[in-house]
Amino acid sequence: MATVLDLKQGQKGVIKEFADFMLPIKLLELGCLPGNTVELVQIAPLKDPIYINVNGSHIAIRRSLAKQIELEITEDPLSL
Amino acid sequence: MSKSIKVALIGNPNTGKTSVFNQLTGLKQKVGNYPGITVEKKQGTCKLPGGAKANILDLPGTYSLNTTSLDESVVVELLLNKNDKDFPDVAVVVTDVENLKRNLLLFTQIKDLRVPTILVINMADLMSRKGISLDIQELEQKLDTKIALVSTRKGHGIQHIKELIANYESISAMPNVDTERIAPEYFGQLKKAFPKENLYKLWLVITQDVNFTKVEKKRIEDATSFSTKSKTELKKLQHRETVLRYQFINQALKDTYKVDFSAAKGLRASLDRILTHKVFGYVIFFVILLLIFQAIFDWSTYPSDFIDAQFANASEWIKSVLPAGVFTDLLAEGVLAGIGGIVVFIPQIAFLFLFISLLEETGYMSRVVFLMDRLMRPFGLSGKSVVPLISGTACAIPAVMATRTIESWKERLITILVTPFTTCSARLPVYLILIALVIPQGGFLGMSYKALTLMLLYLLGFGMAIFSASILNKILKIRSRSLFMVEMPTYRLPLFKNVAYTVIEKTKSFVFGAGKIILAISIVLWFLGSNGSSDDFKNAEDIVNKRIQENGLSAYSNNYIQKHIKSYMEGVKFDEDNQPDAVELTALGDTLQNVTRLLKERARVQEIASYKLEHSYIGQAGKAIEPLVKPLGYDWKIGIAVLTSFAAREVFVGTLATIYSVGSDEEETIKNRMAAELDDTGQKPLFNLASGISLMLFYAFAMQCMSTLAVVKRETNSWKWPLLQLFFMSTFAYLVALAAYQILR
Repeated sequence: MATVLDLKQGQKGVIKEFADFMLPIKLLELGCLPGNTVELVQIAPLKDPIYINVNGSHIAIRRSLAKQIELEITEDPLSL
Repeated sequence: MSKSIKVALIGNPNTGKTSVFNQLTGLKQKVGNYPGITVEKKQGTCKLPGGAKANILDLPGTYSLNTTSLDESVVVELLLNKNDKDFPDVAVVVTDVENLKRNLLLFTQIKDLRVPTILVINMADLMSRKGISLDIQELEQKLDTKIALVSTRKGHGIQHIKELIANYESISAMPNVDTERIAPEYFGQLKKAFPKENLYKLWLVITQDVNFTKVEKKRIEDATSFSTKSKTELKKLQHRETVLRYQFINQALKDTYKVDFSAAKGLRASLDRILTHKVFGYVIFFVILLLIFQAIFDWSTYPSDFIDAQFANASEWIKSVLPAGVFTDLLAEGVLAGIGGIVVFIPQIAFLFLFISLLEETGYMSRVVFLMDRLMRPFGLSGKSVVPLISGTACAIPAVMATRTIESWKERLITILVTPFTTCSARLPVYLILIALVIPQGGFLGMSYKALTLMLLYLLGFGMAIFSASILNKILKIRSRSLFMVEMPTYRLPLFKNVAYTVIEKTKSFVFGAGKIILAISIVLWFLGSNGSSDDFKNAEDIVNKRIQENGLSAYSNNYIQKHIKSYMEGVKFDEDNQPDAVELTALGDTLQNVTRLLKERARVQEIASYKLEHSYIGQAGKAIEPLVKPLGYDWKIGIAVLTSFAAREVFVGTLATIYSVGSDEEETIKNRMAAELDDTGQKPLFNLASGISLMLFYAFAMQCMSTLAVVKRETNSWKWPLLQLFFMSTFAYLVALAAYQILR
């Protein structure tokens, strides 16, 4: 399954589930929940961390964490 | 007077909670610490319409009641403990209109604790620009609360909050989400075991690790009719709880909160593109750092010099106004000399906190964390370590506390351990005076050697921090998952009031914190320096007089006399900065003979004083440690200054000031006094290139700050780490200083 890491800049996806249940609760509380949309806003110059917009919350997380969030890519930035 | 209403101000970070607090309380606030921990406790009072008074407690910002840091657990601890003297009559939850959905999560949790809760929706001024529309009345019903729509930036709506607080008794204390729905079977059992208690409260007791809950937790675990769950299972339930809360919130906002996305976007995206750009991002950050250092070193010298001069005047003034005696001496030489040493830092500290709070208020700091994270990781640090490392250039104490935002324990511990290497402002006066004394004039590429040296010392501090971090990263065998996460808030213009409050508060706490230590040390030093038990001390005058008769004045004195005579011959007016002498000289007649006589007499008095100092308690102590510091190029006086600096580095200059002013009757500036000091051969200045560099390196590396050690102990919850810091940093400093002196000598 695709994860947040597979998103291209500006691309969106809908969260399906988490690969690991030990995901920080804080991330969920910020709105990173199944069913919500994630947009990849920016990737840091050295490819890590990545900056996402999930449910209106703008947060930066490391790649290792982003890999745990599985999603379905819904929107291609090129089609816009 | 009627009892005042207890209000707890709660909210996510970046919602403008502090602005609401500042506007509700104005200047009537006091800042302290929660007992036993170094979390800031801000309280203030506020007059309500109808004459009642409110006592407002500004709790640390938190995303939810599921706590991950010490700051956040303060909130839970208070809300779980009905017997706490600060337990609120009413909670005010501050939210940001743009992030209302996520901010409401915390709101529903507070509601579920059955505390009457008012909802403040802040940043209302942004609504039209962001295309947001709200149906307040409908939302009040859905959330079962009262809402105040506020704009702290414009100062709107504060009165409305006050009105709601005044009528807090009419505000509902019913829960939003039925806790039992998280896991009906589990909570059904829990309810049966504790029928009288609030389920959500019990749930928090089970899941949160805060002090207060320990006893309660035991009580729940002991209940027989109830089986406990594993950590993973609990975590699953917490996920479920979050999902349920969002369901509730989405339902409540469905028809009441509308965003027209075509109006939104814009500023954030374009600023982010520049500020986190792979080239410009770093360039901008570097320029901002340069600007900060420029402010600290350059701009702050004007106010610092002014303060310095005022203290010198005040010391003179006290001596001229008060009758001569022990008390006056103590005041002028011990206390004022000591306090002056700390007050001159105020401009530097204030500038630093000004910049840090500006960077945080605007939202830029998060971008720095984002940019730096990957760069810091190879050293075992996090992007969030950047903030403590920068704050460390002001003072390691707030810097160590600022590490609390770092999620990984290993990264946090390493940051704490290396932060004291960054050049804090307490090292600055030591560097400045030594640089002025030992670094030659001249320059290189448009920068003076002096400025270059200072810059090198700063780089050395950072370099050492990074270097030791990478070593610690290899040595420390701590497995900890890094759950790095940083919120990227919207860019905002900083609110002047917030910035001003932060600067004033931080500066005040630094000055008073360090001031107390310095004051105490100055007084003790002064006492030890002007008293002694040996016969040598008591008969100092006779002994020195006899010595002068037999052997003449010392090399130092002769040198001193010759220098002054030479300048007199060259037509420099005798001691312009020394009024009493000039007056005396005019009375005697301005001849070379009189000048020489005066100088000789002054040298004699000084020799007596310095003989006395040498045989005072402090002299004896200094002599005792001299063998240890001699290989580093220091004499016993510097040794004393270094030793007292282990309480706090900034004591160095003050200590020398106290020792030297005890040792002489002259009101020369401390720098001139140090420049005139000769080493034991009597040929070379004591503060020369070798000993000066050795001293600077010692101060760069040694762990000389009791307050930092105390904070590290608190933050790491063990004596192991601060003692390790003290031992390793100081031994390393000693060896480096030793090597430097022996090579340069």
